[in-house]
Amino acid sequence: MRPASSGGGLRRRSTLLAAPVMAAALMASAAACASGSSGSGSTSDGPVSLTVATFGEFGYKDLYKEYMTAHPTIKITERVTKAEDHHKNLVAHLATNTGAADIEALEEGWAGQFTANPGKFIDFMDYGGADIKSQWPDWKWQRGSSADGHVIGVGTDVGGMAMCYRRDLFQKAGLPTERDQVSALWPTWQQYIETGKKFEAAKLPGTHFMDGPTVMYRSILGQAQTGIYDGDKVVVDSSAGVKQAWDLSNQAVQAGLSAKIAAWTNDWNAGFAKGSFATLACPSWMMAYIQSQAKDASGKWDIAAVPGGTGNWGGSWLTVPKQTKHPKEATDLAKWLTAPEQQAKVFRTAGNFPSTTTLYNDPVIKDFVNPFFNNAPVGEIFSKSVQTMVPQYLGPKSGDINTKIIDGLTRVEQGKETPDQSWAKVLRDVAALGS
Amino acid sequence: MTVATPKAPAAGDRAIAPTHQAPLRNRLYRLDVKASPYLYVVPFFVLFGIFGAYPLIYTAWVSLHKWGLLEETHPWVGLANYKQLLADPYFWNALWNTLSILVMSTVPQLLFALVLAHVLNQRLRGPTTWRMSTLLPNITSVAAVAIIFGQLFGRDFGLINWILSLFDIGKIDWQAGSATSQIAVAVMIIWRWTGYNALIYLAAMQAVPSDLYAAAALDGASSNQQLWRITVPAIRPTIIFTVLNSTIFGLQVVAEPLIFMNYSPSGGSDRQAQTLSLYLYEVGFTRWEFGYASAAAWLMFLIIMIAAAVNFLLISRLRTA
Repeated sequence: MRPASSGGGLRRRSTLLAAPVMAAALMASAAACASGSSGSGSTSDGPVSLTVATFGEFGYKDLYKEYMTAHPTIKITERVTKAEDHHKNLVAHLATNTGAADIEALEEGWAGQFTANPGKFIDFMDYGGADIKSQWPDWKWQRGSSADGHVIGVGTDVGGMAMCYRRDLFQKAGLPTERDQVSALWPTWQQYIETGKKFEAAKLPGTHFMDGPTVMYRSILGQAQTGIYDGDKVVVDSSAGVKQAWDLSNQAVQAGLSAKIAAWTNDWNAGFAKGSFATLACPSWMMAYIQSQAKDASGKWDIAAVPGGTGNWGGSWLTVPKQTKHPKEATDLAKWLTAPEQQAKVFRTAGNFPSTTTLYNDPVIKDFVNPFFNNAPVGEIFSKSVQTMVPQYLGPKSGDINTKIIDGLTRVEQGKETPDQSWAKVLRDVAALGS
Repeated sequence: MTVATPKAPAAGDRAIAPTHQAPLRNRLYRLDVKASPYLYVVPFFVLFGIFGAYPLIYTAWVSLHKWGLLEETHPWVGLANYKQLLADPYFWNALWNTLSILVMSTVPQLLFALVLAHVLNQRLRGPTTWRMSTLLPNITSVAAVAIIFGQLFGRDFGLINWILSLFDIGKIDWQAGSATSQIAVAVMIIWRWTGYNALIYLAAMQAVPSDLYAAAALDGASSNQQLWRITVPAIRPTIIFTVLNSTIFGLQVVAEPLIFMNYSPSGGSDRQAQTLSLYLYEVGFTRWEFGYASAAAWLMFLIIMIAAAVNFLLISRLRTA
């Protein structure tokens, strides 16, 4: 679960803006209260108070204000914590059947644990889910559902997947630097490794082709039809998708392409600015992270297509726990917050990439370029990766099992074990986790 | 003045009041004497009962079940969790890691503390400033300490590797190796707890009669000899206390390795720095297997009891020897 969890902790935009926005939201809620009480005489039901629990930055503050203005009887309270704490608290609140908010967000790395216990949540199919299903790509809808089709969550944002690369280092290594030419270097992961070998042949000091095998492994696995699970069975030992991701990642490591830096560490953060690695498979939210870590590197980083062309890392859902007193109002709000119009607003203010594919032809996404990355047409690049994703099933233990596999890749990278020894240990670890 | 007014008995006089005059008052008094002490300690026991004993017993109960936190049913499994734990190589790995970090941190820590206390016990300018500053690392939050040390021990851009590079020693990947990661964690613990123990030693040292030192100085004993021949034997009970205390704390180390290993609950790719508490955390709070985690907690409790008992026996032997 580590990449997902540490990723979850760091993946969203900073909350620097939180204070002023919070003040605005407070004033807005005060105003909404006033209008709510004045309007309560005209409606039969009293004011309904809804709590929305999210983590990081969902970009919802203005939306709450808007919703409360349109629905004077609804009062929205927000509860924002760190991703790690948020999910742990949610488990505790579900286990004790008390304390959960009316709407609870789930991040992809944790979602499988909750979709495996759908009984704790409202099924959106009982609240008009069928009417809105078509807004999302199949895989996003399916990952918010249990194996037996109980829809516990509606999708907020997605990560998509692309390949971030350093133009300056590519130039020094004698590789093409324009993004279309770079994308053409690696239609497949095998070709990505070949390109890496050419890069390493230039022997640039203090730099390697990629940071480490973690993100590469996740990207390759995400492109497979079958991953960790087949149905509700863990098939790590026989899954072609897992095997391919494992083998290619190890090949890259053994070809000396890796800077051997684990994601989310100090060396990794410093590496963005110092150029410790020339490529990094990156979801959309990684753009803000790179920008914050390498403020002076504007124009050095660029974004090309990811090998294999498709992929996703991260993204969230909104759920309504069964313990809510207002299932109707809560599902209405969740559906409204995740509707395409609202996702477009969130993208404009907070940059979270929308999951509703109906938006991808909208100029707000289609024409979006990122100046920090040499005006890369990132709206188009990430849209494409999201639309072509295959709906691979993520089971309850996917996150934990991936952590064990990534630990195995790290052992090989650190020279502690051969790939075969490490794989044998991975299989033992996975068996110990159960299904 | 009160001596001249026998008609106004002070509260204490009730004890000698004749019994036939005020039997009720007398009984109340006896009740007061008998019951009050218990009433005074009741708040502690109530709080301990709620926050200490009840969770302890409930954990034992949970440990006898297969208790997935999100699952609806929690079937009884008897001692199966304990059996499984005793055959679990990761549990033993965590135990050995904990013991090795314990030894690597406690021994240097207490030695440094002793020397530091000895220095602080000399005549210094501004003694309070010096003494207070030794406590600074201890009042810093563990998270802050672990993050800073994580940077110091960074492989590519860390200060320690930079210093090593000045001596042409290659870069060390501190987090990757078993020994190196455990040394780094031990260094953090030493950094945090040396000053705290030094202050405890200092307090004990100040109770050692100064004529002992004066006599030793007359006989020509050096400061070093005074420390080992006079101070250490004189403060032996305090040393026993700190050894016990450090052992109990050391067996529960969790935040340092968790943060230093980049929040990996498995304590690194090969569990090289996973302590017992960290293993418990991994099982309980990432896999939500509360039954198994509770069993691990109870085994850990037993191990700490055993360690404390062994410590106590060994050291009391030393004392009588």
